[in-house]
Amino acid sequence: MSTTTTAAPLPPPGRVRMTMYALAQLGLAVPALVLFILDVVGGALALIVIGVPLLLATIPATRWVANCHRAMAGRVLGTPIPQQYRPTRPGGPVARLAGWAADPMTWRDAAWLVAACTVGFALALVAVLLLVLVVTGALWWFGIEPIMRARSAMDRWFLSYGHTEKLEQRVQVLTETRAEAVDHSAAELRRLERDLHDGAQARLVALSMSLGMAEAAFDSEDPEQALRLVQDARSTTTAAIGDLRSVVRGIHPPVLADRGLGGAVTALAMDMALPVTVESTLPGRPPAPVESALYFGIAECLANIGKHSGAGNGWIRLSHEDGVLRAVVGDDGRGGADPGGGTGMLGVMRRLAAFDGTLSVASPGGGPTIVTLEVPCVLSSPRTTPSSGPA
Amino acid sequence: MRLVLAEDHALLRAGLIQLLESTGFTILHAVDNAPALSAALLDPAAEAAVLDVRLPPTQTDEGLRAAIAVREARPGFPVMVLSQYVEQLYARELLASGAGAVGYLLKDRVADVAEFVDGVRRVAAGGTVLDPEVVATVMARQREEPLERLTPREREVLGLMAEGRSNAAIAGHLHVTDKAVAKHINSIFTKLDLPIGEDDHRRVRAVLTYLRV
Repeated sequence: MSTTTTAAPLPPPGRVRMTMYALAQLGLAVPALVLFILDVVGGALALIVIGVPLLLATIPATRWVANCHRAMAGRVLGTPIPQQYRPTRPGGPVARLAGWAADPMTWRDAAWLVAACTVGFALALVAVLLLVLVVTGALWWFGIEPIMRARSAMDRWFLSYGHTEKLEQRVQVLTETRAEAVDHSAAELRRLERDLHDGAQARLVALSMSLGMAEAAFDSEDPEQALRLVQDARSTTTAAIGDLRSVVRGIHPPVLADRGLGGAVTALAMDMALPVTVESTLPGRPPAPVESALYFGIAECLANIGKHSGAGNGWIRLSHEDGVLRAVVGDDGRGGADPGGGTGMLGVMRRLAAFDGTLSVASPGGGPTIVTLEVPCVLSSPRTTPSSGPA
Repeated sequence: MRLVLAEDHALLRAGLIQLLESTGFTILHAVDNAPALSAALLDPAAEAAVLDVRLPPTQTDEGLRAAIAVREARPGFPVMVLSQYVEQLYARELLASGAGAVGYLLKDRVADVAEFVDGVRRVAAGGTVLDPEVVATVMARQREEPLERLTPREREVLGLMAEGRSNAAIAGHLHVTDKAVAKHINSIFTKLDLPIGEDDHRRVRAVLTYLRV
C-alpha cells in the first residue's frame, strides 16, 4: 500500500518473444524442481536446525525464480503482478525464517514450484515444440498466444493474492490504523485536559481569588489595595484568554475553518521566520478530518524546517490529482532528515494512516528535504475566497 | 463620530455600545449578523465601523469580508476589525484593501478601554492600528530585505508604529525623548526609501513595508 508504481503499460510481447519466454520457463523448470526438493528437505531438517542455513539460501532463490515468472506473466497478461512479500524481519537467521514462514506468499511460492515443474513445464514445452517441429508452424502461429496466456494465468493465480487474502490484509490494515486512531484521539484528549487544567482553569482560580481579596479590601476600605487586586485580576483574565486561544488553535485552527487548507497553510507559512512560498491548486475542500490531519502534518513539517533544517527558503505545494490530495513540503536546508528520528513525524504518519494516507521523506545529506503527504479523498464543491487577498 | 457596530455576542455588543457611547461616539447601527451589517454599511451617514470577524450565518470570516467590501465601495472608509484571534493573513488582506484607516485588534484589547478608544480614534483619523501579536510575529522574521537594513532599535520603533502608537507614546514606551523617536523614524523612512511627503502617509507606508504588503 505504501509503494504504488504507476508505470505506463507495456505493449504485449510478440509471438517470438512469447516463445522465448516459454524457453526461459523450460530452463527455469529445472531450478524450480531442485528448489522445491531443497525447500521440502530444508523445511523438514529445520526442525533439527541443520535445515536453517539451507532454507536461508533456497527461499530467496525461490523468490527470485518466482519473480522472473511474475515479470513474464505480467508482460503476457498486460498487467504487472506485484511482488507482495512482507518485509523481511530484522534479527538473526531464525527470526528471518520465522518471518518468511509467517508470510503466506512463501507457501504460495512453494505450491507454485510444483505447478511450474509439471503443468507449467508441459505448457511451455508444447509452446516451444510447436515452433521447433516446423510442420506445426501454423499451429504455433495461432496457438502460442492462448498457450502462453494460460501459463501466465496459472502463474498469476499462484503468485498473487486472491480475493479473500486481499480482504484479510485490508482488515488487518484497518484494525491497526483504527487502533492507532483511537490511541491518538485519547492522547489528544489527555493533552487538552492538561492544557486546560494547567492554563485557563488555573488562571480562573487565581482570578477568582484576586476578586475575592479585592472584595475584602473594599470592605476594609483600602481602595489602593482593591485597585491593585482588580488590576491583577484583569491581567490574569487576559492571560486566561490567551491560553484558551492557543488551546483552540490546537484543536481546530479558526483560519482552517474560515479559509480551508490553502488559506490556513498560507497563514502558517506567514508565521515562519523564513520565507515559505505556498502554491495551492485545490479546486474544492477535502472532508474536514482529512483537512485537519493534513494541516497539522504540514504544521509539523514547517516546525521541523524551522528547528532543524537551517534552510533559507521553503515551499509548499498543494494539489489534487487522480483522487489523491497531495501536499509537498520542501526546503533548501542541510537535509539528512530521519522521519523515524522524532515522535512528531511518526504521529503525522499514524494520523494520515487512518485515512489510508502516507508520508514519505526524501532528504539526502546536504539537502534538499522534500516531504510528501498523500491522502486519497474526494473534494467538495469549490468555495469562493476573497479576491483581494495577496497569496 | 457615527459608527456601525457588528458583534454577535449580545453581552459584548452591549458592552461595546456602552464603552463607545460613553467616550463620545454615536452608535448609528448595532447589528449581530452579516446581512444586516452589509445593509448598515450602505448608510451614507456612517463614518466608521467596528466589526467582529466571525459573524452569523456561517460563523467564519464574514466581518472581514464585509470590511474589505465596504472599503472597495467607499475607499478610505475607516474600519476597526476585532477578533478572538489574529492572523497575519487577515492583517495583510485588510491592509491591502487601501492604505490607512484600518485597525485589527484582539478582542481582549478592549479591556484596556483608554487604549482601545484611542485606537478607534486613530483609525477614524486615517491611521493604522495593528495588534501587538501580529507585530510580534513579523518581528520574528528579521532576515528579510528591506527590514534587514534597520537597526534593532529602529525595528522596535517601527513595530510600535504598526501598533498605531504616537511618537509620544513610543517615547514613553522606550523611555527616550520625543526627539530621539523622531530621529529614529526619519532614519526608518530613509532606509525604507519612502518618498518625502505628508508624515502620516509615510507612517502608513512604513507599516505596509513592514508587513510586506
